[in-house]
Amino acid sequence: MEELTPALIDRRGTWKVKAGLAEMLKGGVIMDVVTPEQAKIAEDAGAVAVMALERVPADIRREGGVARMSDPGLIAAIIDAVTIPVMAKCRIGHFVEAQILESLGVDYIDESEVLTPADDEHHINKHVFKIPFVCGCRDLGEALRRITEGAAMIRTKGEAGTGNVVEAVRHMRAVTGALRKLHGAGPEEIVMEAKRIGAPADLLEESARLGRLPVVNFAAGGIATPADAALMMQLGCDGIFVGSGIFKAENPAARAKAIVAATTYFDRPEILADASKSLGKAMRGLEIGAIPQEELLAGRGW
Amino acid sequence: MTRPRRVGVLALQGDFREHLAALRACEVEGVPVRLASDLDGVDALILPGGESTTMARLMEPGLKASIQRRSADGMPVMGTCAGMILMARDIKDGRPDQEPLKLMDISVRRNAYGRQIDSFEAEVESQAIGAPGPAVFIRAPQVAERGPDVEELASHGGHAVALKQGNRLALAFHPELTPDRRWHQYFVSLDGESR
Repeated sequence: MEELTPALIDRRGTWKVKAGLAEMLKGGVIMDVVTPEQAKIAEDAGAVAVMALERVPADIRREGGVARMSDPGLIAAIIDAVTIPVMAKCRIGHFVEAQILESLGVDYIDESEVLTPADDEHHINKHVFKIPFVCGCRDLGEALRRITEGAAMIRTKGEAGTGNVVEAVRHMRAVTGALRKLHGAGPEEIVMEAKRIGAPADLLEESARLGRLPVVNFAAGGIATPADAALMMQLGCDGIFVGSGIFKAENPAARAKAIVAATTYFDRPEILADASKSLGKAMRGLEIGAIPQEELLAGRGW
Repeated sequence: MTRPRRVGVLALQGDFREHLAALRACEVEGVPVRLASDLDGVDALILPGGESTTMARLMEPGLKASIQRRSADGMPVMGTCAGMILMARDIKDGRPDQEPLKLMDISVRRNAYGRQIDSFEAEVESQAIGAPGPAVFIRAPQVAERGPDVEELASHGGHAVALKQGNRLALAFHPELTPDRRWHQYFVSLDGESR
């Protein structure tokens, strides 16, 4: 088979194809859904993808206990309900949950801190999978560690299930601020900065050259209003994950549409004002300081 | 008419920045298009990759009508992947409420190759670009039917993956995700025409 040139063979599961799907999601909103009906509402509203889950983060937070991969039957029902890509979450380090999700045909796996970690030292080696992974980060070092392990898409963690955007803003500013500081840095400075933040020097050098992460970077964790989504877009993210913010609100269909519009017209305040009108109550939300330290999700991940 | 001076790229959602970068590499000015008024002053239009349902949802009626009118008046249009779906006359197995722009006499099937695990890279050969070039197929559509005026520019695995009708060009893959700029160069070489 050596004589066959690669030109004659279709190549599946390549880095280009994995990172390429994330490129197609840019400027869009990915919505958490817990039923096929919610998935259809999300698709109708213009979501670019849905995240299939048993419980949204606000409920995971309220109910406590160990949060695991969702029932494959539910994920399969959601896959059947919509034509847009379907994502699903596995626990940090739980590569068997990831294998199961891959066999179900999900389009992207979120190795997520919202679920209870299965490994307190390692994340999954994502290179060995044919389908792509998205992972959370709080800063540039964490983002680049995940990309080294094979993540083809990054999202800032924020603090899921709070309806409070402050942590998402903190993490996005940490990433963009760190990238800005690298502007004009020489190779010897890149090496020492890589050591300091625990990131591979080659990926840090690439990020410095591009002025951004080498993969698509969405915002997540606490986005509850059209203005929140536009804020994150203006801070430089490529798109938005909304977890509890839609289906924990009074009028999910209207709010979903408004957040989709706000993500496209993020720099047009008059369109944002119009989109934000008469949406009913947003999810109630939580003050970060009122959450016990051990219940914060963003600190999970290594 | 000579080659377009300013090319609009539909910038509602998807990989419009990659198309704008490809145009820069071809030394053509690219302009993001989100509203009907953005279409004034562009000589050609690219419909990028992304989610076709999302783009259709976000396209305001005025923009949709303007694109259809300008295309009928001879503006060159190129669609890649989701853009090809938007250009079709109808969508097989699509959502019942998903009304395409009907710029080309083709009928397409969404996600026809399967889910993300079936997405692939390949080489595609076409007289339009010369030697075979890289092509990235991501949850790509297939053309189920095409009218007599639609010319096949390239095929892969027995399916037409690049089609041309007048100065309208539909690609099932993403040339914008590769460093090969020949499909963009080919597109900007198409003349405006009146129909």
